[in-house]
Amino acid sequence: MADVTTTEQAAPAADAHGHEEHAHGDHGHHDLGFWQTYVFSVDHKVIGIQYAVTGLLFLLFGFVLMMLMRWQIAYPGEPIPLIGEWLGDERAPGGIMLPEFYNQLGAMHGTIMVFLGVVPLAVGGFGNFVLPLQIGAPDMAFPKLNMASYWSFFVGGVVMFASFFVPGGAANSGWTSYAPLSVFATTGQTMWLVGMIFLITSSLLGSVNFIVTTIQLRAPGLSFMRLPFFVWAQLVTAFLLLLAFPPLEAAGVMQLMDRVAGTSFFLPSGLVYADAPWEATGGGSVLLWQHLFWFLAHPEVYVLILPALGIVGEIIANNTRKPVWGYRVLVYSVVFLGFMSFVVWAHHMFLTGMGTTMSSFFQTTTMIISIPSVVILSALFITLYGGSIRFTVPMLFALAFLPMFGIGGLTGLPLGLSAPDIHLHDTYYVIGHFHYVVAPGTLMALFGGIYYWFPKATGRKMNDFLGRVHFWGSFISINVVFMPMLIQGLAGMNRRMYDGGEQYLMNADVLWLNEVISIAAWVLGLFQLPFIYNFFRSIKHGEKVDGNPWQATTIEWQAPSPPPHGNFSAPPVAHRGPYEYSVPGAARDFLMQGEPDTAAEPAKV
Amino acid sequence: MSEDVQAHIKTYMKVGGALAVLTALTVIVSYIDFWGVPFAVFVALVIAATKGSLVVSFFMHLIEEKKMILATLVLTVFFFIVLIFLPLLGHADRHGEYYTLPNANAPTAAPAAGH
Amino acid sequence: MDIPYIVEERADTGLNNVKLGIWLFLASEVMLFGALFSSYVLLRLMAVEWPFGVDVLNVPLGTFNTAVLIGSSVTMVMAYASLKMDDFGRFRMWLAATIGLSLLFMVVKGFEYNHEFDIGNFPWTSTYLAIYFTMTGLHALHIIGGVVVNTYLLFPGSKMWTTNKAQFTNRVEAAGLYWHFVDLVWIFLFPVLYLL
Repeated sequence: MADVTTTEQAAPAADAHGHEEHAHGDHGHHDLGFWQTYVFSVDHKVIGIQYAVTGLLFLLFGFVLMMLMRWQIAYPGEPIPLIGEWLGDERAPGGIMLPEFYNQLGAMHGTIMVFLGVVPLAVGGFGNFVLPLQIGAPDMAFPKLNMASYWSFFVGGVVMFASFFVPGGAANSGWTSYAPLSVFATTGQTMWLVGMIFLITSSLLGSVNFIVTTIQLRAPGLSFMRLPFFVWAQLVTAFLLLLAFPPLEAAGVMQLMDRVAGTSFFLPSGLVYADAPWEATGGGSVLLWQHLFWFLAHPEVYVLILPALGIVGEIIANNTRKPVWGYRVLVYSVVFLGFMSFVVWAHHMFLTGMGTTMSSFFQTTTMIISIPSVVILSALFITLYGGSIRFTVPMLFALAFLPMFGIGGLTGLPLGLSAPDIHLHDTYYVIGHFHYVVAPGTLMALFGGIYYWFPKATGRKMNDFLGRVHFWGSFISINVVFMPMLIQGLAGMNRRMYDGGEQYLMNADVLWLNEVISIAAWVLGLFQLPFIYNFFRSIKHGEKVDGNPWQATTIEWQAPSPPPHGNFSAPPVAHRGPYEYSVPGAARDFLMQGEPDTAAEPAKV
Repeated sequence: MSEDVQAHIKTYMKVGGALAVLTALTVIVSYIDFWGVPFAVFVALVIAATKGSLVVSFFMHLIEEKKMILATLVLTVFFFIVLIFLPLLGHADRHGEYYTLPNANAPTAAPAAGH
Repeated sequence: MDIPYIVEERADTGLNNVKLGIWLFLASEVMLFGALFSSYVLLRLMAVEWPFGVDVLNVPLGTFNTAVLIGSSVTMVMAYASLKMDDFGRFRMWLAATIGLSLLFMVVKGFEYNHEFDIGNFPWTSTYLAIYFTMTGLHALHIIGGVVVNTYLLFPGSKMWTTNKAQFTNRVEAAGLYWHFVDLVWIFLFPVLYLL
């Protein structure tokens, strides 16, 4: 972890006051040495950065898998340029991708992006780094569990990655691992299940830690209704992880039993595989897997979105120099959203033969859950109104998030109604929809968050020009990637086709879009290079900044940048709500949460 | 403090005794066929729930626990109920038959019980 | 740097970190076993035939094991109460008894498994046996986890009693909560798998 400076190096960055206190705070701590400082660290900041960097690397890896798939979709049957020969005969003989390998890429792209990329970055990375700082805590409530959480995640990631190299390759039954296909699948599926069990353990440890930290370690004066919106979003996310993941763990154990011990939890009787009856007792239910999987995987969608909403809330309040509009409404909405996310899952299963009564129930709950989402988005939009907006790089990403998440959400409504879902189910429309939520939506917010909190983690700002290049390039190309998918899907083009849908005549009119999307995807890849360069260069060579470069109000900006072990020079106390920007009569346009009352401040805020 | 713990110990012993009695009861009842399987399931679950609430209330001290923990558990129980019953309702309300053939080598000792 | 509220209770929540943490963990466990119970109910209702546990399993052994586990819960809570009364000697006795009963449970369970295998009942024999082995197996893993924790608290971990009584009592309480939960799961597993 090259981007973590030691406390000795950190000291000059802190202001003079912070330095004294900091030296005092360090009293009694011996030097931990390289391994315990950077690798097996129990410091939430180091763990957060570990999570974030690992998550970013997995995002890049998942993105590379997707770029390979896009070649196959745009130019089916043609050898992959540059790296095609390295893939080996069992994956791409002569550089031409095999259907089996395409399936592995598809399944692993989804798995890696969701479980190893976005969640570790959004929850593990931002949650670990920012949350304790924002509530004025010295660390997480259980630092050792926190370390165990990261290393369990790491092992899960290694198992997933290694599964590409076992005979038969990685899991190839889609990221949903639907039975019975997944039970018949090659060894890679077993490794997928084992990897998932590690990842679930990791998120269990993490979520317990987040909840206890938020409830117990808030600074004095920081009541629940004074918590920054980001903390609320993380708290609800942690509850989702805590209660929704275990059913998938149980389902994973059962599928493991099906694969290893020959049971039939998910195998109905009379299955024929490869022209021979499958040797199992049968009597299982394929729908049971779907129920248990989506019991997790729908709340998981909100695990991906809520931290992003939290980040966007912070950035927008800071850069409009206004309090977020309707703080309480935001909080109630996010809590209600989390609650409702547990009772909508079967809208993924409208086409499984579910009766009309149950379909009606689930489409009703799905329509209800869209209300708080719209409330949150509207509140963030209204915050912009009348603000003196600073178009900083984080703000650009936050502003892009709003319409992108809006498109993602609105395109979801037809899918949540069972009648249009009959047409749209399993088409590229679905791909376009959920990518709009997660890629141009969540990822934009996460990039914004990286630009926003980078100065806190390193004491240096990322380069502004490269940030703008990264933003505009990504924003335009990512829309060229996903907008045509909606069109293809409406035309009826199915997902998961290794030839890009060429074999179906009905796709003929929209097939040309495949090439457009693929080129846009590679361009999108190119536009990540400025970010990668900027990220690593700015660690050592970025513009030096003080503890609060954005003139923000929340408590994390009170700590020195980067914060030393134990975080704060003096234990922070919260005196007011999180977003006291442009308070009439105040000396500056922001009042920090931890600033004691002064004469300059109006009597009642 | 010490008298408090002494009083608790008395409770623990009583609860332990009650659990033993209920365990015996549930076994005995299972051998008597009252009104078929649904009733037997009902009785067994009522006894198990009683035992469970004794353990949770007294051994785990939930009756004197703080509101925050109770609230978390109420939330969990709600989702637990959702998890148990919604898939079941989905199974009850369906198109077509999901019933599968009898298992070729299932244990033969039991008669086909109603469900 | 010290993390606050490890032992003392935070005024506005009335809780310490460990107490809240272990209850959250147990909430998660409820959902884990909840998913298995949900699967059990669904698979059973779907099945054309489903054996009575009485006809397949050894109910007297199961009953005995239930009593053993309930007994271990009583000894566990007594161990905690002994610490509350500042009686370390009795604490060790009760905790050792808990571990002993847990091991007895595992031994009996081992005999039961062995017998099932002997008469040709394997996880792949029927869906009933599949869920029996999965649920009891997962429960047994939880027992092993509890034995490991309790053994730690009995031997190396008990050194903390001399340095920080309050924190050690807290740890024993948390271990106890976990142990009672394992007992609680068995209280439901026993009738569901053996009697119905």
